[in-house]
Amino acid sequence: MSGLDFLTTRLETALGWGRKYSLFHYPFITACCGMEYMSAACAHFDIDRFGAGLTRFSPRQADLLLVVGTISHKLAPVLKTVYEQMLEPKWVIAFGACTVSGGIYQNYAAVQGIDKIIPVDIYIPGCPPRPEMVLDGLLKLQEKIQKQPQDWRWKKKT
Amino acid sequence: MEKENLIDEIRQRFSAELESDTETFGDQVLVVRREGLRAVMAGLKGLPFDYAVLLDLTCVDFLESESRFEMVYHLYSLSRNRRLRLKVSLPGANPVVDSFAGLWKNADWLEREVFDMFGVAFAGHPDLRRILMYEGFEGHPLRKSYPWRKEQPRIPLRD
Repeated sequence: MSGLDFLTTRLETALGWGRKYSLFHYPFITACCGMEYMSAACAHFDIDRFGAGLTRFSPRQADLLLVVGTISHKLAPVLKTVYEQMLEPKWVIAFGACTVSGGIYQNYAAVQGIDKIIPVDIYIPGCPPRPEMVLDGLLKLQEKIQKQPQDWRWKKKT
Repeated sequence: MEKENLIDEIRQRFSAELESDTETFGDQVLVVRREGLRAVMAGLKGLPFDYAVLLDLTCVDFLESESRFEMVYHLYSLSRNRRLRLKVSLPGANPVVDSFAGLWKNADWLEREVFDMFGVAFAGHPDLRRILMYEGFEGHPLRKSYPWRKEQPRIPLRD
């Protein structure tokens, strides 16, 4: 026998590996952080290098929800509906200070952090965050996906 | 010269309705009694004053004061090229003032904004409901008594 003739792995590990490098993302962009999203998504910083390059413009085809920009109370039910339309498994990134905590908009109109509406996996602070930080957040999400227990269809639900 | 005449005329004609008049930044300011506001507005819009344009209409909240709210109207006369500011005080408990949507069309939305932000009601308004905030919003956000960091309730999705 010479070289690498066989590989062993666990199903969970293989699933995690597959999932973390094939994130289809849905950009929910409402404000100026969108510029940083564009920068991170396009050729300069290029999230495609990390397997998250395929943008889907329907939440039903996406498994990563990027919430980019201020969410007002008026918009909150829309964001919740978009989240509920996504299929499992799904993850959420809160992109920028407004989505993390309301940011500078500490007023009657803005939601003080989107985690009051939907569960959030990764928080990326900054006003707006540098694309490097977005990539760092993406890598942290991939780490999280790899480590978490994988939900598969034919697994018996307990 | 003409400016003085115009103010004198206003003073004469509405002497019963005016509480005071002063001048700030070159423009005349009239403080009007609430009961007489409609008569003053209607009179100012007609000839000879001809204040055809309602530039702005807003409200101020003086929380500590007995007459808590103060409506401010900015009028402009195109033919005479004069501006005029009118103020009227409202009580804090049940602030109601006459609607001028019949006199100036743009007052419709301006009054809806004041209703939305300050909770001042306008008697005779054709469609008095919120304009900036949504149905289900609690309170009037520009009132000084609106709690800092108040959490609004979640609203359901609408079609």
